[in-house]
Amino acid sequence: MSDWRPAAPGVARSARARLLAGLRAFFAARGVLEVETPILSQGAPQDPMLESWVAQAPDGACGYLQTSPEYPMKRLLAAGAPDIYQIARVFRGGESGPRHNPEFTLLEWYRHDLDHHALAREVVALIADLAAQVPEWRAPRGCEEVAYADLFRSALGLDPVTADAAELERVAAARGLSIGGELDRDGWLDALISLVLAPDFPSDRLTILVDYPESQAVLARPCPQRPGYAARFELYWGGLELANGYHELIDVDVFRQRRERDIAMRRARGQPLPPLDHHLEAALDAGLPDCAGVALGVDRLLMQLLGCAHIEDVLDFPWPRA
Amino acid sequence: MATYSTNEFKAGLKLLLDGDPQSIVENEFVKPGKGQAFNRVKLRNLRTGRVLEKTFKSGESVEAADVMDTEMQYLYTDGEFWHFMVPDTFEQYAVTEAALGDSGQWLKEQDVCTVTLWNGEPLSVVPPSFTELKITQCDPGLRGDTAQGGTKPATLETGAVVKVPLFVEEGETVKVDTRSGEYVSRV
Repeated sequence: MSDWRPAAPGVARSARARLLAGLRAFFAARGVLEVETPILSQGAPQDPMLESWVAQAPDGACGYLQTSPEYPMKRLLAAGAPDIYQIARVFRGGESGPRHNPEFTLLEWYRHDLDHHALAREVVALIADLAAQVPEWRAPRGCEEVAYADLFRSALGLDPVTADAAELERVAAARGLSIGGELDRDGWLDALISLVLAPDFPSDRLTILVDYPESQAVLARPCPQRPGYAARFELYWGGLELANGYHELIDVDVFRQRRERDIAMRRARGQPLPPLDHHLEAALDAGLPDCAGVALGVDRLLMQLLGCAHIEDVLDFPWPRA
Repeated sequence: MATYSTNEFKAGLKLLLDGDPQSIVENEFVKPGKGQAFNRVKLRNLRTGRVLEKTFKSGESVEAADVMDTEMQYLYTDGEFWHFMVPDTFEQYAVTEAALGDSGQWLKEQDVCTVTLWNGEPLSVVPPSFTELKITQCDPGLRGDTAQGGTKPATLETGAVVKVPLFVEEGETVKVDTRSGEYVSRV
């Protein structure tokens, strides 16, 4: 039988419209400019943890659907754009489950002269502002900022930068977590965050996790006051990851080193190697201004505002019905 | 050797883990936005019936368990084995008491059961959901006696003991729900 009907109830549809209007009003009031950039690009990020969907043109040419609008938005900033935001449809291969749909809506924004702490506070302000707009919506009851290193030390008694994979595996086992398949250090850190620590975050509060190990920096700059760590944050509502942000990396040499590391890892794991996006490299070379950026999952925010457990409760046509 | 990748995981898929066939009850995809993906899986061990949780790194492959459900007719027991037959092919299977478990107490000759085979060997037997069995022994009903909630134990022809209403008598045939082991009605 055809699943032609929407998966989500009508109330989720009107809540989404309300939420999008609320987002735009928030940024308009703060003088942040809405922009649009290509969904389809000629190059793709090399991040081994993200797989791009490939779109095939009739003449055989390939394009890559964006996993986030980060690269073109940074090119706008390097070209002199003011504070900017975008509400983008993004696509990630192989991501499907209660909290994942391969196509989803990402709100991404960049602020000049802010660091990741200040931008995290703006994310909290945005959520509080939106939650207050509709009396029936749930609102988080407060927010706590904790350093990644402090969380691992206090909750698990280990140092996330010096612990090796074997020690992380032992700590996970002591918490009843064993994993089928071999994990490296970062794999174990991700397992501990996602399967042990985040599920214990207070369910009605926001948790901001700041300063990630340098091995998980992605495009965050190194932390000047915390060697071995990068100026990256993640924001959780309860145990649900909502947003990821950086005090942006502006050093093009560090960018190239990390990209080489990513490509080597992709090669070692037998992952596809999409063409490089040379435009971002050129833009960083020309100079990205000092700024912080963050991407927030709009569907997940809607889930939390409405108290839904499954992403299909807020998507009319999730992938199985798309 | 057939294998399944984690991206094929779904409820009902049969895997071979720790030497036992296990059926996926629930499969949840977990992944930090910028990090490693995992599949958190709830599995039922088809040999022991125990349910446990296991987490896999996404992209791993797991050996498939050669498990299939087949409709078979119960023929007889020789005291050691319970013998079943596939009606279409007349192929016969001998089921051990361990594989039969509690299902044995409901089996009457010619009943059609679901027999789960693992590598061609019987792993478990599910009897028909409803069966009709004769009462071979129960005390006479004492009308008005509701001290035991209005029921009394009755032994059926297969040896099973069920609670029946006080008005049901020895020698009568009753319908029983084998999933709950409860009396349904007189026949």
